[in-house]
Amino acid sequence: MTPAATVEERATRGEPAAPPSPVRHRKTFAPLVLLAPALALFIAFMAIPIGYALWLSAQGLRIKDEGIFGIRGEVFVGFANYRQILSDGEFWAGFLRLAAYGLIAVPLTLGLALLFALLIDHGSARFKRFSRTAIFLPYAIPAVVASLMWGFMYLPSTSPFSHLTEAWGLGTIPFLDGNAIYPSMANIAIWGGVGFNMIIIYTSLRGIPAELCDAARIDGCTEWQIAWRIKVPLVAPALVLTGLFALIGTLQVYGEPTMLAPMTTEISQTWVPLMQIYRDGFIRDDLPMAAAGSVILAVGTLVVSLILLKATQRRTSGGMR
Amino acid sequence: MTDLSLRRDNRRATMLPHQRAKILPTAVLLIGAFYTLVPVAWVLIASTKTNAELFSTFTFAPGSGLWENVRDLFAYGDGQFVTWAGNSLLYAGVGSTLCTLISTAAGYALAKYRFRGRDTVFYLILAGVLLPGMTLAIPQYIIMTKVDMVGTYWSVLLPTLISPFGIYLARVYAEASVPDSVIESARIDGANEYRIFGSIGLPMMLPGMVTIFMLQFVGNWNNFLLPFIMLADESKYPINVGLYTLLSKGSGEPSLYTMAIIGTAVSVIPLILLLLFLQRFWRLDVISGGLKG
Repeated sequence: MTPAATVEERATRGEPAAPPSPVRHRKTFAPLVLLAPALALFIAFMAIPIGYALWLSAQGLRIKDEGIFGIRGEVFVGFANYRQILSDGEFWAGFLRLAAYGLIAVPLTLGLALLFALLIDHGSARFKRFSRTAIFLPYAIPAVVASLMWGFMYLPSTSPFSHLTEAWGLGTIPFLDGNAIYPSMANIAIWGGVGFNMIIIYTSLRGIPAELCDAARIDGCTEWQIAWRIKVPLVAPALVLTGLFALIGTLQVYGEPTMLAPMTTEISQTWVPLMQIYRDGFIRDDLPMAAAGSVILAVGTLVVSLILLKATQRRTSGGMR
Repeated sequence: MTDLSLRRDNRRATMLPHQRAKILPTAVLLIGAFYTLVPVAWVLIASTKTNAELFSTFTFAPGSGLWENVRDLFAYGDGQFVTWAGNSLLYAGVGSTLCTLISTAAGYALAKYRFRGRDTVFYLILAGVLLPGMTLAIPQYIIMTKVDMVGTYWSVLLPTLISPFGIYLARVYAEASVPDSVIESARIDGANEYRIFGSIGLPMMLPGMVTIFMLQFVGNWNNFLLPFIMLADESKYPINVGLYTLLSKGSGEPSLYTMAIIGTAVSVIPLILLLLFLQRFWRLDVISGGLKG
């Protein structure tokens, strides 16, 4: 049966020539061929590593031969690695440090991104193109390089801020000492993240029909009320998405503290969970322990993401399909 | 704002006076722009200073050592910086080009065909979106050691070719931009499935592909942990790992500061130019658009 005949048949039955979406099922291997590279890579670099990490995390490095020349080898230890990590105060302290950093970085990043997006969407501001591009610019700068840049802005010997305060006789600003490290570190994330999130929220704002805001204006709403009562609820799905990415990003913090570590005594080898996992795997040569840490971090991230999506799904008609 | 609403604003007494409405939003935006540009400006200015000037002259006063710094940077370790830059381009450029093609093909297949297991594949991809890539780096390293690939270009390149988020986006773009009727009429004209994808699907998905490419390019360029653990040989480092080793070698040795600063400046400029150039092709609306259930 040729396709043309099919169309004729459809026409005689009074149906539209174009079939309804999606395309009719026909015997072809095309989709599998098109999916093959992605699937092969997915299996090789995601599924297998995850599976192997799970298996390895249940192994332990133990001295196998009794005696002087004991060789370290892998034996099955079940959940021993997990027990050890979960009872390790330092690992939890790393999560606490992440929480302190995330509680500053995430709300400020999203809040500022929303504010800038609303202002760019708002009719009366000037220099919108310039501001949009400027605020978006840090997205192009790698987190590690951004940490290096801000590190120089923080270091007493090179900091322009400390330069000013010293000129006024106030001494230097201790950006990298004590608890100041949290806002300083969060600032790097905010600086790097605001622009990208702003663009996502802004594109979402552009999708709001103008009639809605016009109608509200005719009813006597102020711009402030329109932003808060109409625009913000309508871009909620975009806010959920940006929040989710910000959260996942927070749990993966590694480059920034690693880069700042040479500049301050504040940052230990185990400052955040990923740094501790790195230390276990590459400095202590204990890959099973590193695998267990990775699994805990990955599962934790998944659980937190799903909770966030579930909690927001009912409130914002959106969510990932 | 439409002209209509502007006219209305002028007629309605409830609106704020126009001048007052303009100053505050503009000021807030400019403060934001100032905040983001200061560190960039500082690095560009600091890169013109000699070591002595860096610690003595006023922060935002240009120095006299730009040429010298650039020369030092390119001479460092027999031109290692150029090698790093080339590696970064390889990992980010080649990696994200391939990743974009792979993601586009997969997304198109998921959007435009019905086949057994389609939903299973899609849910796997969604789970992959939520899995933090960094936590996979260590398991990926372990697998690479098993197949004896650690330390090669492949060990950094291959894991970055799979991007669940890229595939998810490609599927959304394919649904939004490739009409079924066009595919169907191409079939009637006798084109085979691959030809349809190549000469109809791909061109229609181009704006989406630029977006995926850009996201992936920046992501790869940003990627620190993966090359950091995979590579031991400095000649294979990307720029960011190179700059990190430079700084950690010279921690407390200010003479390397100028080197790190000029390295930062030189590595940031091409990225900023790329971003400004590609900005006009971005189609990020679909990221949030794809969320509307």
